[in-house]
Amino acid sequence: MKLKYFAWVRERIGTGEEDVDLPAGVTSVRELLDWLKGRGDNYAEALRHPEAIRVAINHEHVHHSEPIAGAAEIALFPPMTGG
Amino acid sequence: MAPAPHITIQREDFDATAEVARLTDGRTDIGAVVTFQGLCRDEAGQLSALELEHYPGMAEAEIRRIADEAAARWPLQGLVVIHRYGPIPAGGNIVLVAAASSHRQAAFEAAAFLMDFLKTRAPFWKREHRADGSHGGWVEATEADDAAQGRWAPFTPR
Repeated sequence: MKLKYFAWVRERIGTGEEDVDLPAGVTSVRELLDWLKGRGDNYAEALRHPEAIRVAINHEHVHHSEPIAGAAEIALFPPMTGG
Repeated sequence: MAPAPHITIQREDFDATAEVARLTDGRTDIGAVVTFQGLCRDEAGQLSALELEHYPGMAEAEIRRIADEAAARWPLQGLVVIHRYGPIPAGGNIVLVAAASSHRQAAFEAAAFLMDFLKTRAPFWKREHRADGSHGGWVEATEADDAAQGRWAPFTPR
């Protein structure tokens, strides 16, 4: 599964994208964020306030309760500030 | 029959006059065009530029979803949305929305709706470059923008 990171989430994690193999117990966005936080200090720092992280699956906004089965690309980013 | 919304995500600058002409050239049935042009604003000489990061692919897809909803809510005769990314100097263009309709109300409301949802849902992030050459921080999202989006009632298809 491909993960993408943007803005300060990207900077704190230290990469813009990566491919990961998820453990079997990780089935929702919320569980994905919890799992990522345990991968290192950079992830823990980027995801310290998970409620502030916005998530998109396959280019569509989703809630943290969304299942991730079948997702090709999941993106994590801060609240948007375009326009 | 309204043409499909014209949506562009680009690094280059745009010409608002030319984009309005794209909507109106060769047509005599359009009675109103409302344009909104968002610029890179400096406050108190502190800012030299904004760097706009975006999520390629999703940026266009999300703006298209918002534009399609606007076209379903109001009787529009054309819609242009252009959003830039990359470095944009103070005073430069960031975003353009142009909505065309028979009567003014639909064009006014659709343009405001587009901007309220672009601010809160289109995947773009602004970072400041300061006039003294240092990197500023990431611009923070505001509750005022969330409130502006929240004033629009949920959509019920006709």
